[in-house]
Amino acid sequence: MLGIGITELTVRIVVLAKQVPDPETPPSQFKIDESTNSVIPPNGVPPVVNGFDLNAVEAALLLRDAGAEVEITVLSVGSDFVMDAMKKPLAMGADRLVLVDDSRLDNIDSAATVKVLAAAIEKDGHYDLILGGRQASDWDQAHVTLGLAEVLGLPLVSLVQKLELNGDSVSLQRVIPDGYQTITAPVPSVLTITNELGEPRYPNLRGIMQASRKKAETFSLADIGLSSDDLAPKLELKNLYIPESNKHVELIQGEDEADSGKKLALRLREEKLI
Amino acid sequence: MTSILVVAECDEQGEISQSTLQAIVAAKGLVDPVVTVVIAGEAPASASTLAVGKIVTLSSVDDADAGIYDQATAVISSLVESTSPEIVIFSKSDFGSVVGARMAFRSDSAFASDCIEISNAGDGVSVTRPVYGGSALAEFEIPTRPAIITLRAGVYEAGTETGLPLIEAFESDVNVERVVSVTGTVAEAREGVRLEDANFVVSGGRGLGGPEPFSVLADLANALGGAVGASRAACDAGWIDHSHQVGLTGKSVSPDVYIAIGISGASQHMAGCSSSRAIVAINKDGDSNIFKEARFGIVGDWEKALPSFLATVRELKA
Ligand SMILES: Cc1cc2nc3c(=O)[nH]c(=O)nc-3n(C[C@H](O)[C@H](O)[C@H](O)COP(=O)(O)OP(=O)(O)OC[C@H]3O[C@@H](n4cnc5c(N)ncnc54)[C@H](O)[C@@H]3O)c2cc1C
Ligand SMILES: Nc1ncnc2c1ncn2[C@@H]1O[C@H](COP(=O)(O)O)[C@@H](O)[C@H]1O
Repeated sequence: MLGIGITELTVRIVVLAKQVPDPETPPSQFKIDESTNSVIPPNGVPPVVNGFDLNAVEAALLLRDAGAEVEITVLSVGSDFVMDAMKKPLAMGADRLVLVDDSRLDNIDSAATVKVLAAAIEKDGHYDLILGGRQASDWDQAHVTLGLAEVLGLPLVSLVQKLELNGDSVSLQRVIPDGYQTITAPVPSVLTITNELGEPRYPNLRGIMQASRKKAETFSLADIGLSSDDLAPKLELKNLYIPESNKHVELIQGEDEADSGKKLALRLREEKLI
Repeated sequence: MTSILVVAECDEQGEISQSTLQAIVAAKGLVDPVVTVVIAGEAPASASTLAVGKIVTLSSVDDADAGIYDQATAVISSLVESTSPEIVIFSKSDFGSVVGARMAFRSDSAFASDCIEISNAGDGVSVTRPVYGGSALAEFEIPTRPAIITLRAGVYEAGTETGLPLIEAFESDVNVERVVSVTGTVAEAREGVRLEDANFVVSGGRGLGGPEPFSVLADLANALGGAVGASRAACDAGWIDHSHQVGLTGKSVSPDVYIAIGISGASQHMAGCSSSRAIVAINKDGDSNIFKEARFGIVGDWEKALPSFLATVRELKA
């Protein structure tokens, strides 16, 4: 069944977006509770949507800008969602926000995350493209989107920096260490989006107003047919800690900066480094 | 006994890559290791002296697979299924990151990416990986097997030991239907040494203020026989191509000297250069994190300090 305003021609895009602690939190405020092996949320720094996931939202919006009729659904799995953060993709121009919200989904591993995402996507209905971020800045795993493609049995292209829709296929640029590949993939496919795509747009006032009127659609674990048993971890976190650094810097003091520059070179020669 | 598959990669010269040699060292540090190296494609001549018991080549994986890795994923999955190793180690490269993740989820196996340590833990395996951009380390136990792992470059040192491995071919009967196709490759032009191989890396960040100063950095890199790197902020600003990005989501470098200019030293940047022998920083903010990682530093404006540094380096090199 198609929703209001959705036609047969509409390209339905699911963007996977995770709520993460702000990665710009100053290191001095980054703290760990060693008794629970978890990160203590920094005071006064609200969480954000993972940066690469905003690149993925931007990728979907660029398809709309290019003239395609797209419906963009943002899907997130987690708990304790902060709506100010999670509504940012809506304010940028996404159409729907779907949250699988359950306290049991706090800090689950990637195997469980993939299961929940797959179940939610199948429950939510038809899709043509699934876009994920390159990696989430909390656990830096860089594989949930790849795993999802496997579990859904869909074609996968990672590290996409440019995309174009041509009927039932997509033309892509995929970043490689020294340039990019041009790739054609069918629809539906799973793509991971990287920051080389370009900065995500800033929401404008109209977008912010529209987002504030929209309500997130929420699923519980039971709604998507899963139970706690499906969340059993494959990786058991034993220890989380902040590494100690015992480095000590030798600051070069010259009469002025030009003199310091010269002395630095001489010091490096003295150490046989250059 | 711990049976381990190390999935090899070759470098630009077609030789077994440094990161694969490092992975072999990591594998041999496990309890009673039985190490098999897997090579997708033909084995280079140098493989015949690798210090492992056995090499398995996969001739059914061809160049058309690069970037998509449908074939590699299918063939390596079937090899793992038929040999049941306890641990499969990939490098944390483009290939390893994609193939490792895909084969793990295909077979419902555990996957840990970007590990810096692997050890035995009872019947299972224990790994350590940096998280939160490197602000923290997380130690995980993996009770099920196989444990599929990608290993960060530069944390284990490549060994010098040699051996006489048995080399055999693995013929797979998997049939991969190609639905995704690579239609071309556009390579970024490179001058001088490869960033990943350079003994000297001169990197610039947002503090450079624009694209022009990168030519001064290139002069310094040339004088040292090194390469130019950059922070993500400088790349995102369009001042220099992304192929120069150093860090967690860029390149990993471990030169003798890493010179960071106008870079604050965010953990995600340091993830790509912290195994350098010496880090040298020029930054006008004495409180910036880069001075917690650097061995030598100047607190000051690079515009004032860099010209005399470059001039003196040139004199010393003359
Ligand atoms: C998941 C994730 C992955 C990431 N991956 C990477 C990565 O691979 N690589 C990477 O680099 N970043 C990465 N980042 C981004 C990283 O967190 C930082 O935002 C980035 O490294 C900052 O770049 P910068 O140091 O150039 O800029 P800033 O942090 O803005 O620092 C600029 C510095 O320049 C100094 N400065 C300014 N003017 C002068 C002057 N005239 N003379 C001397 N010094 C001056 C300032 O004091 C400041 O310290 C990633 C982030 C996330 C969340
Ligand atoms: N809990 C989640 N909810 C929605 N998307 C997620 C979640 N976890 C991971 N993803 C997606 O998968 C990408 C890679 O995440 P990771 O493998 O955890 O680094 C992220 O950039 C998101 O697009």
